[in-house]
Amino acid sequence: MNELLRLSAVQLASLIRTGEVRAKEALDAVFQEIDEKEESLHCYVTIDREGAYAQASALQEKIDRKKEAGPLAGVPIAVKDNICTQGLRTTCSSKILEHFIPPYTAEAVLRLRQAGGILIGKANMDEFAMGSTTETSYFGATHNPYDLGRVPGGSSGGSAAAVAAGESFAALGSDTGGSIRQPASFCGVVGMKPTYGTVSRYGLVAYGSSLDQIGPLTKNVEDCAVLLEAISSYDRKDSTSVARTDTDFPAALLEGLHGMRIGIPRDYFGEGLDPEVASAVREAADVLKAQGASLEEFDLSLVDYAIPAYYTIASAEASSNLERFDGVKYGYRARDCEDLHQMYKKTRTEGFGPEVKRRILLGTFVLSSGYYDAYYLKALRVKALIKRAFNQAFSRFDCILGPVAPSTAPLLGESLADPLKMYLGDIYTIAANLAGLPAISVPCGKDSKGLPIGFQLTADCFQEKKLLRAAYQYEKATACACGGEAFRKGGAL
Amino acid sequence: MSTIINDETIDNISILAQLTLSGEEKEQAKKDMGRMLDYIDKLNELDTTDVKPMTQVFPMDNVFRDDIVATAQGEASIEAPALDDADARPEILQGAPAAKGNFFSVPRTVE
Amino acid sequence: MREYETVIGLEVHVELATKTKIFCGCSTAFGGAPNTQTCPVCTGMPGSLPVLNRQVVEYALAVGLATNCQVNQYCRFDRKNYFYPDNPQNYQISQLYLPICHDGFVEIDTSQGTKKVGIHEIHMEEDAGKLIHDEWEDCSLVDYNRSGVPLIEIVSDPDMRNAEEVIAYLEKLRLLIQYLGASDCKLQEGSMRADVNLSVRVAGTEGLGTRTEMKNLNSFKAIARAIDGERARQIELLEEGKGVVQQTRRWDDNKEYSYAMRSKEDARDYRYFPEPDLVCVHISDEWIERVRKAQPEFRDQKKRRYREEYGIPDYDIEMLTGSKHLADLFEATVALGSPPKKVSNWLMVETMRLLKEKEMDVEEIRFEPKHLAALIEMVQKGKINSSVAKEVFAEMFERDVDPCAYVEEKGLGANGDEEELEGLLKSVLAKNPQSVEDYRNGKKKAYGFLVGQVMKATAGKADPGTVNRLLGKLL
Repeated sequence: MNELLRLSAVQLASLIRTGEVRAKEALDAVFQEIDEKEESLHCYVTIDREGAYAQASALQEKIDRKKEAGPLAGVPIAVKDNICTQGLRTTCSSKILEHFIPPYTAEAVLRLRQAGGILIGKANMDEFAMGSTTETSYFGATHNPYDLGRVPGGSSGGSAAAVAAGESFAALGSDTGGSIRQPASFCGVVGMKPTYGTVSRYGLVAYGSSLDQIGPLTKNVEDCAVLLEAISSYDRKDSTSVARTDTDFPAALLEGLHGMRIGIPRDYFGEGLDPEVASAVREAADVLKAQGASLEEFDLSLVDYAIPAYYTIASAEASSNLERFDGVKYGYRARDCEDLHQMYKKTRTEGFGPEVKRRILLGTFVLSSGYYDAYYLKALRVKALIKRAFNQAFSRFDCILGPVAPSTAPLLGESLADPLKMYLGDIYTIAANLAGLPAISVPCGKDSKGLPIGFQLTADCFQEKKLLRAAYQYEKATACACGGEAFRKGGAL
Repeated sequence: MSTIINDETIDNISILAQLTLSGEEKEQAKKDMGRMLDYIDKLNELDTTDVKPMTQVFPMDNVFRDDIVATAQGEASIEAPALDDADARPEILQGAPAAKGNFFSVPRTVE
Repeated sequence: MREYETVIGLEVHVELATKTKIFCGCSTAFGGAPNTQTCPVCTGMPGSLPVLNRQVVEYALAVGLATNCQVNQYCRFDRKNYFYPDNPQNYQISQLYLPICHDGFVEIDTSQGTKKVGIHEIHMEEDAGKLIHDEWEDCSLVDYNRSGVPLIEIVSDPDMRNAEEVIAYLEKLRLLIQYLGASDCKLQEGSMRADVNLSVRVAGTEGLGTRTEMKNLNSFKAIARAIDGERARQIELLEEGKGVVQQTRRWDDNKEYSYAMRSKEDARDYRYFPEPDLVCVHISDEWIERVRKAQPEFRDQKKRRYREEYGIPDYDIEMLTGSKHLADLFEATVALGSPPKKVSNWLMVETMRLLKEKEMDVEEIRFEPKHLAALIEMVQKGKINSSVAKEVFAEMFERDVDPCAYVEEKGLGANGDEEELEGLLKSVLAKNPQSVEDYRNGKKKAYGFLVGQVMKATAGKADPGTVNRLLGKLL
């Protein structure tokens, strides 16, 4: 393994800025890693060597002329394939967008480039971000770098696996119900879903518009803070974008944990949680306590209602958001259609996979005449209650600590057979999306099978700094920064 | 409560969603949706009588654009290109599954 | 046969006069090549997001206040889901649950007197693109230039009973909206569209019959014919003991018959839900007050003021205020010092004649008030005579020329100023002492001869009035 790959994104950028490492060398290292592992891992849908080298040489020229190159100067970064990139196909891992080349670039990617980041490819994902395993991808599943027989989690599974395997230094994912945090946890990397409205959604192909946020997947907490600062922006093209003045996230890493109050919901440690995960998470809590935080158990309440509320709202929005894929303007169109309705139906029936159809049908139903009040509005009312429960919790605590997922990575093929069971795996992550809260997944060891475990910290809206502060102190205390670890410590490959 | 998902419901939903389901798929969809709705019915355990549906997580309002024309996309091609000169088409048409001249083309709509 | 009463409600769509679309910065101008006035937002590209044009809210609010509506101070947009190629996202962003305005009314004048028509609600929404059917290749072509053009939909209560009331209501709305500058409201061009909801019931009964909705009505005449046709069709059904089916029908004005649209495949259930990509619109008391204060003088007030202020005949007032554009032109010209009746005459006679001749609409009048004022002044001062004035006016009408410059350039002036004319007159008198003598002896014919000589000397350009006045003085 190339020594460069042991560096964090921040370390690499600093060496590239000072000229000790050429941008091209970093790319060479990453592409070599990709060449070796991609066939067995399948982290990417599209790899853009040409574009990446062109970006790198432009950046190198800047550096050579002593110009400001940005905090992510020359850092190779993977972008989830539901984030639009002009001229580079963006498929959402769906047949219906297999050949779709967007005419514009997502705001978050523009920001990443401004910070010096180099886009190397588009990461595999569950089709339209619907799934928790990356197995619903039309282009085939991504494999977990720690155990090739297991899933990397999802839906940002390609992003998480790429960072874990050294096939990228960092990645962007999107999180609608845990799609950044859960794969981060399964692959032993750091993943954050920011407060709703912090990162522009312009250019993110919508799944559940009121829940979606783009966020970073990184080797460690410092990288996470730097990447998040780079992609956070007030964007006039996104009406739900929030103008924040506190996005200097790396500043949070300098503070200790004294005075930080951490709440641990008892309801997160009940039935269904793998005991090994439970004990790893409790150990993580103890580490934070040793660093000066206070711990207190409490009852969050309503935990069991988040999943039904979430699947109602997300499916409803998805059913509408995915109507635009109809074979008229872009993407796949079925052959040999005699009339318009046949064209619509054949295109969509052939273009979407089973999980996407399942959610479209459910979403169509809960919005349909006669059921809207009973299902959709009811879910929005429960969402209000859940938000209220969090408000109460955050009047007492700075952060809430719990597991990310009930178990470590399942075997490939294990989850799709029973959709409802798969949905239940989102129990700890979903509430943050419903309430718009920031949450981070941090690696905290492995289970007896050698699979990574993550713990989750959730804070009130706009309190990412609290999360980063706690996560960073944890990481420092345990030296558990894990990027690329799977391969360094003799993992699967 | 899963009785609400009968054949007629599934047929209606699939028309609205523009999806075709085979007989087998229809049975599976009925089962899946029925199970999911039973599960969602759990929400009815909560009394939400006086709770307003929450459509936005933050109380944000009045996000506007000014009425100013943005850079005219496709300004260069204000003059209609010759029919079927694909390269001269506005960029927005470049990914169209079927186009004719400057238009998107679709199977004839039934009137 | 029993006697039936017709019950009519209208859904009127009005394209707002904004420069850009409702949710993106694309131009709303007419005439661009297909799909050139588009962007990722108005073609429904994946990942694109809408941002609301403030001016749309301003216009919608102005129309709401002018129609005596209540304002939903927290209003919101909803998605209306249906598949059709002119609708790029396959949902239209509209307002269902909290429309911007509701519960208003307008007063209409009919042969039966004044009547109130209730406004159920006004909501904002986006227009669809245009579909063209290609008969040759049996396909349909889509142009998204109109996709996302802002509309308001004004939904009336079912308060109208016949075509006359419907047309009076539409005229009323059209004038209100034109006066506000919120739209040019042209039925033929589609910037104002009316869908007619019609049902019939046995006269004297309460309750409403089953209604149909008629679309594709693009002139007042078509609307009147469609109302009569649909009324007859429904009565016939009821008389035969058949029921009316609630459906949307398309009026074919050539065949004077309506046809049911949509098949079962289009089963409609719009699944409205709050648009998650847009935030709430909060219309404060201050905002409402500001828009209220900025409301123009509407027709009824204007009529009263014209009567008092300008003393022109009612017929003129009726015509002038029938278009905001015409009334503005009138007032601006009068403000430059021209006598109201003279201005009115030019607008009512020559302007109307040329409009008719060139098959133009009042809204297309291009000449500036200062040019009309200058023309009137030249005539008054005798610088040009009335036949020259008409010629100059025709040029002004056509190309908005500056009348002074035009007269100068073409040498149409009444031979310079009065002094010059007086000098010319003197020399004519000096050359014709016999005629002068004859005139003074009471021979009126001699006067005509002298005038003729003057006109000859000026090649017909002298203003006869001025010549008369000066001649009278000198003789």
